[in-house]
Amino acid sequence: MTDIHKTIEAVWKIESTRLIAAIARVTRDIGIAEELAQDALVTALEVWPEEGIPNNPAAWLMTAAKRRALDSLRRARMLVQKHEEVARELDHQQQQLADALEHAWDQVIADDVLRLIFIACHPVLAVEGRIALTLRLICGLTTAEIARAFLVPEKTLGQRISRAKKTLLEARVPFETPCGDELRRRVESVLSVVYLIFNEGYTATSGEEWMRGALCHEALRLGRILAQLLPGESEVQALLALMELNASRTAARRGHNGEAVLLPDQDRTLWDGAQIQQGMSALDQAHRLGGGAGNYALQAAIVACHMRARTAEETDWERIVLLYDALMQTTPSPIVALNRAVAVGMAQGPAAGLDAVDAIATLGADSVLAGYHLLHSVRGDLLTKMGRFSEAREEIHRAITMTQNLREQELLTERLEQIEKATWGL
Amino acid sequence: MPQYLVAGYLPDDFDPSQADEATGRAIHALNKEMIAAGVRKFACGLGSAKSLRAQTDGRVLITDGPYLETKEHIGGFWILECADMDEALAWARKGVAATRGQVEVREIFFQPAPQEATK
Repeated sequence: MTDIHKTIEAVWKIESTRLIAAIARVTRDIGIAEELAQDALVTALEVWPEEGIPNNPAAWLMTAAKRRALDSLRRARMLVQKHEEVARELDHQQQQLADALEHAWDQVIADDVLRLIFIACHPVLAVEGRIALTLRLICGLTTAEIARAFLVPEKTLGQRISRAKKTLLEARVPFETPCGDELRRRVESVLSVVYLIFNEGYTATSGEEWMRGALCHEALRLGRILAQLLPGESEVQALLALMELNASRTAARRGHNGEAVLLPDQDRTLWDGAQIQQGMSALDQAHRLGGGAGNYALQAAIVACHMRARTAEETDWERIVLLYDALMQTTPSPIVALNRAVAVGMAQGPAAGLDAVDAIATLGADSVLAGYHLLHSVRGDLLTKMGRFSEAREEIHRAITMTQNLREQELLTERLEQIEKATWGL
Repeated sequence: MPQYLVAGYLPDDFDPSQADEATGRAIHALNKEMIAAGVRKFACGLGSAKSLRAQTDGRVLITDGPYLETKEHIGGFWILECADMDEALAWARKGVAATRGQVEVREIFFQPAPQEATK
């Protein structure tokens, strides 16, 4: 019994996007399209365990959705029976809808899926709404799964999704692929949603392990789908490269006891060579498309520098500094500046690194970073390397009080112990 | 992300020139769908087999035909990247519908190659 439900779930996951896209092609409203598709799933859950999985599950689901659509029109017809004219109009609509849905499945094209992605990530929606809709409509995750991944109650997430649908309806968002400047802006929005999903899975420190893996997987899949649908967009390729390269280190990021292992300490033989190659070729493709200076392309290029080094010592820090310089031109932020300072410290020595950190303060960005524990842990590290142990200790202490994350506190405490040892010349 | 071998079997006397167009179109459509869904890593059809077996004297004997004496042989395969076996099976189900043949699914296990081995 459970097996058939798992099968239905798997069938749903691979068919739901095209199903919703096909219905939306006719209804032009993704809220209605999704409800009809969900109704079809409910019917399948009732019928399939009894009658077995049909030979063509996708066509079966489409027919079930069509029946539900006609049912609701028929109900409307009953209500207006007295008004002959309205009733005749509804009859006409019913016939048209039936015909349109009949053909929609055969006609559904990749562009329909792309339109669906653009709508799910529409800028009129709050960012959390975009993420929820994307996971629901494009990745076929259930509300319960999405809620679990983001550690929010299922009810909250359900409300988030219905609010998003309502917003789309009110804003009369058309079911079409944007073009021109609008396309660029909308692609940016889609990519940021995909990257947020990936990072939620990749860097979150709480939540269920397997669900986080699932988020990375879904983000990567979205990235690959987008790379197929928008082959000419360099930043799409670049984001895919960034995600593939980061994901390739997954096996090396945890120690035997589940503890985090930082990049310099990772066993590089555990990195997934095949995935690194996929990432590198996506990055090459981004460059070929002339997008080497894009935000994701620069980030991917930095990760690529790390991935090319066979040992941590072989890392090309000079090049990484240059890439951070470029990133500071396109998307300056205190975090980028801090990462750049770390790279400067590795490339030109701790004194230069410390100057770079302190220069961030003069940019007026220090207020943003004031409560940010990494600023202090970076300063602490650089001061340690320069032999200024008592100042280093102060910085690390400050960093410990600023982070809530237990694992980070452990790592910082270890750092303190190393400073003590260094102080005593051990 | 786990990868799966989804292999399609054909009868031994299968003649590719006799394959009907509808089947070809269905397989083509399925391939496009797999690519669009971001799951397809690789796909191919296979030519006829030659088998090699070691003789007791150490020499190798080459014969025409597949190694195992069966009524069916592998006609082609997909390598798919899926969340789990259930999803791979759902795709294989579509493979059965498209090829109108038998399909076998197996997970592919990876052992990361040690750096020395790749040099």
